[in-house]
Amino acid sequence: MKVLVPIKRVIDYNVKVRVKADNSNVDLANVKMAINPFCEIAVEEAVRLKEAGTATEVITVSIGDKSCQEQLRTALALGADRAIQIETDENLDALNIAKLLKKIVEEEEPQLVILGKQSIDSDNNQTGQMLAALTGMPQGTFASEVKVEGDKVNVTREVDSGLQTVSLNLPAIVTTDLRLNEPRYAKLPNIMKAKRKPLVVMPAADFGIDLSPRSTLLKVTPPATRQAGIIVDSVDTLIEKLKNEAKVIS
Amino acid sequence: MSILVFAEHDNSTLKADTLKTVAAAQAIGGDIHVLVAGSDCQSVAQEAAKINGVTKVIVADNAAYEHQLAENISLLVTELAGDYEHILATALTTGKNFMPRVAALLDVAQISDIIAVESADTFVRPIYAGNAIATVQSLDGKKVITVRSTGFDAVATDGSAEIVALDSATDAGISTHVKDELSVSERPDLGAASVVISGGRGMQNGDNFKLLEGIADKLGAAVGASRAAVDAGFVPNDMQVGQTGKIVAPDLYIAVGISGAIQHLAGMKDSKIIVAINKDAEAPIFQVADYGIVGDLFDVLPELEGKL
Repeated sequence: MKVLVPIKRVIDYNVKVRVKADNSNVDLANVKMAINPFCEIAVEEAVRLKEAGTATEVITVSIGDKSCQEQLRTALALGADRAIQIETDENLDALNIAKLLKKIVEEEEPQLVILGKQSIDSDNNQTGQMLAALTGMPQGTFASEVKVEGDKVNVTREVDSGLQTVSLNLPAIVTTDLRLNEPRYAKLPNIMKAKRKPLVVMPAADFGIDLSPRSTLLKVTPPATRQAGIIVDSVDTLIEKLKNEAKVIS
Repeated sequence: MSILVFAEHDNSTLKADTLKTVAAAQAIGGDIHVLVAGSDCQSVAQEAAKINGVTKVIVADNAAYEHQLAENISLLVTELAGDYEHILATALTTGKNFMPRVAALLDVAQISDIIAVESADTFVRPIYAGNAIATVQSLDGKKVITVRSTGFDAVATDGSAEIVALDSATDAGISTHVKDELSVSERPDLGAASVVISGGRGMQNGDNFKLLEGIADKLGAAVGASRAAVDAGFVPNDMQVGQTGKIVAPDLYIAVGISGAIQHLAGMKDSKIIVAINKDAEAPIFQVADYGIVGDLFDVLPELEGKL
């Protein structure tokens, strides 16, 4: 079976983003970018399914300008077989992303689509669920275990109260949580090999979808900052401060 | 103008977060209805009817909704959506799971994780792990919104709304529930506790979390963890506080052996008072802590428990 893995180029997770002085957005100029960590876990899961003989082909897709080819090459180096870039300069919202991905799903007919549960920039946690709705597929979100069994996939999900396992008819959508797997590092020979793997560019404008924005970003501001407090020299002082100064314990 | 609020519950009790989501609905303004979807969930409906400002509770009590599978719940909510301009759910794992599905079925965007309401179409939400705060205006006719409960104060529960039963039951027939493995704890829920004590990599193993539990028992606190502690297998996933785990804002948050990665800070920096206990004086957690103790947690914790 084919596995489709949509991925996103985002700010590196170690970088603390800054807001632009005019409050129009965050400042991404000269900031280190990377594959979204949850998307990397999605690629790894798909590659493991291929290594286990469950998947026959892993296709990765990203939506953005030319720079996202860097992340597609990363996915290819991690073991994806081929890549698709849906080219656009616009910063699309999740619904429009899902509509574009639906077209790829219709064309490629994957049995499984694995996505990150959220991107660490917009923190939306929407695309996988929206793609599931648009394709009519079942969804296993926040996955910590994925087991394909015949024409079904069992997905164990990280939920507020613990773990929940659901059984989904294939084809299905899975979104990854942190503990699904630990992604490998791309080895140098694989990075070289990835440069020769197929990468197709498809302009978003050719998809025949109305991609007009559904919301307007009015402003972006820095969060309220916390003042660093004091270092206390003993447990006694701490308890005294919590009781009498902060008044949070009695 | 009417607002539909999805009730968070476990078929027997209403989650307190729902009271905060109703507060967000009140900030938007309009007639507020609450949807209780579940199986054998009449007691939840009774509780929901008491939420202040709610005029109607719609109960969809059917086996198809027992485990709140996204495929089934999203069809139910979409069916009801015609009557409402706003649809709200709490940004917990149930709401996060099915709400984007509702939005896509309605062909509208979703505004995730709002922490404030500016007007009926303009909302405030954190992005980049809370390192930036965005103000977003929705251009859609219908607004599908998830609410971060730490941004709102719970409404009171001395109201009396009418309860209406909904007969229809929709089973999409493409997914089934297999099992739940729920963590059982007698301590308060992480999201609802007024005191939270969390451990990180510095705890070294799961057994050492007992040191936190002793203090938690004295303070009536919930016990949480950083991602590092969960990844290392010290404690289960439902204890994780952070950008992609639970978001908490208690009166007192005690971070023990946690360095303070931005992803962890995203889950707790709105706490009223933060205490950090760490042997590394340079740990970033001290930059957000009101009170810090630089020291070995294995010395500090037993002393703290003894003196509380």
